[in-house]
Amino acid sequence: MHKEFVVATFDSPDDLISAVRLMRAERFRIYDVHSPFPVHGLDEAMGVRRSRLPWATLLFGVAGLLVAIGFQFYANVLDWSLNVGGKPDNSTLAFVPITFELTVLFGGLGTVAALFLRARLFPGRREELAGLGVTHDHFAVVLRKRDQTFDVSRAKMLLTEAGAERFEEMEADL
Amino acid sequence: MSTLGITQEPPQSKRTALQVLPPPRWIDGKPSVQRVTEEIVRPLEQWPGKEWWMCFAPSAGALALFLIAVNYTFMKGIGLWGLNNSVGWAFAITNFVFWVGIGHAGTLISAILLLFRQQWRTSINRSAEAMTIFAVICAAQFPLIHVGRPWMVFFIFPYPNQRGPLWVNFRSPLVWDVFAINTYFIISLVFWYLGMIPDLASLRDRAGTGIRKKIFRILSLGWNGSHRTWSRYEIVSLVLAGLATPLVLSVHSVVSMDFATSVVPGWHTTIFPPYFVAGAIYSGFGMVLMLLIITRSTMNLQSYITMRHLDMMAKVLLLTGSIVSYAYATEFFAAWYTGNLYERYHFINRATGPYAWCFYLMVLCNVITPQTLWFKKTRSSVAFLFLVSILVNIGMWFERFVIIVVSLHRAFLPSSWNMFKPTIWDVSILIGSFGLFFTCFLVFIRVLPMIAMWEVKAAIAQEGHQAASTHHADRELRKEVVNA
Repeated sequence: MHKEFVVATFDSPDDLISAVRLMRAERFRIYDVHSPFPVHGLDEAMGVRRSRLPWATLLFGVAGLLVAIGFQFYANVLDWSLNVGGKPDNSTLAFVPITFELTVLFGGLGTVAALFLRARLFPGRREELAGLGVTHDHFAVVLRKRDQTFDVSRAKMLLTEAGAERFEEMEADL
Repeated sequence: MSTLGITQEPPQSKRTALQVLPPPRWIDGKPSVQRVTEEIVRPLEQWPGKEWWMCFAPSAGALALFLIAVNYTFMKGIGLWGLNNSVGWAFAITNFVFWVGIGHAGTLISAILLLFRQQWRTSINRSAEAMTIFAVICAAQFPLIHVGRPWMVFFIFPYPNQRGPLWVNFRSPLVWDVFAINTYFIISLVFWYLGMIPDLASLRDRAGTGIRKKIFRILSLGWNGSHRTWSRYEIVSLVLAGLATPLVLSVHSVVSMDFATSVVPGWHTTIFPPYFVAGAIYSGFGMVLMLLIITRSTMNLQSYITMRHLDMMAKVLLLTGSIVSYAYATEFFAAWYTGNLYERYHFINRATGPYAWCFYLMVLCNVITPQTLWFKKTRSSVAFLFLVSILVNIGMWFERFVIIVVSLHRAFLPSSWNMFKPTIWDVSILIGSFGLFFTCFLVFIRVLPMIAMWEVKAAIAQEGHQAASTHHADRELRKEVVNA
């Protein structure tokens, strides 16, 4: 779905941060910021909360742990017990390495899958704003024009004051 | 100056600002963010230079040798190799352990050094991670060809089957190995790819309209540098690093258990897991050093992979080499101190038996060589470091050979004592595996960004910011002193 945006580009991360601070102080909501690398200090300036993705790691990791230990127990004890050197069927300690590996495997893959879902990254997705050089050397502040009350001229004035070098209105799928 | 009143102390907080050392600079020549993309991408958009072809030609030749030797082994069986009833594990398992070990430095650099916030990893992590992946691919070839019947290799995976279902023996370290190596490969691949997405997006946006654009568009998943995504991305990178750190330690520990859980003298020791991990990191850093020296000269990236990077890696070599030497000494001490007859014989045989030359070559390369790195002078000579990196790799290959073959050729029963003599096929497959590794690596540095551009850019921005604030504090202090 296409929405309307106001986009200002900057060529220095310091200008970017001061622009974000200024806009928030002036009660504009920052829709997003685009940059070629993670700019430190921007989380605080934008008021982005710390991601909850590590919970996905915990969830998937626990799932991996249970699957691994459950499956080894099922295979060796319930389904087909195999006498190897007279060792007990339920050799729990010997199950530890595989259990650990599968915990890490599930946790890692699950976290990345959760990131891709949450950030809507998938093959075939169209790249938006790429023409502005945000993967090269430029930084962009994106404000959403939600309705007619959005004061474009005031936003433009403030952003220019903060050092924006280009300013445009566009429709995009962000 | 005397009128300024030197005795007057500047305010406390400002004084600390002055005493802070400037942050170390890991990139030479203060390039702008713009120049970073240009300089790192340029080699990918040009026809490769002469140096690259000079490296690629022998690598591709060795890869061809690998394919021929492996094919012939499949046709005739592993009777082509020098194995016999006493020494049933030799080159293939040595090569396997060697290559898995090489991989460890990549994960160490990308994960452990990320957790320890070591800035110097930024321009070398991408190629080190790629090295990990190619090394694990090389390692995986050897169990496959060593089983003799590679078309049956899937038996090692526990899948529902019509033989019962008869499951694999989960108590066997060989099965643990399958899980450890596969997990390691998958997680390393994901970590490598995830780290590359922003750079693939940069390549996509530079590409015109051709096939390059299409490929990079698919691979970069529509990445557009959104800060909300960056914020999550950094958390996920940290989480993955946290998972990869115990993983990398576990992988070589599990590999060492292939030996340590047996009763063969020379294998049956509890020191193996940490000893193998230290050795793996040591050999891996040797390989990273070699590859980076090749990369920086064939791709003209001396300002990104600087002498300071090589210096840091040499220091890691010194540390891990010393740990490995200490482990060697401990093994000998334990053999004497425990009073186990077989263990003692094994170690006497190791140092005086028919394979003693392998042992002394190993000591020369792994104990003496790293000790030359105590001196700034040796650490700042590229030629010397290149030599060291080659010696480290030779030494670590021989370490595995000594552990495996020397233990097996004189086991408990003197009637089954036997020598192992490699055949031309053993040697061809070993040389060929280097061909596979170097071909993969050289192709990688041609088609994908071998330096993490976004991390370098972030580091430059950070350095610029810190330098500016130090400079600012310095100027403020001067002003105050003058005013006073």
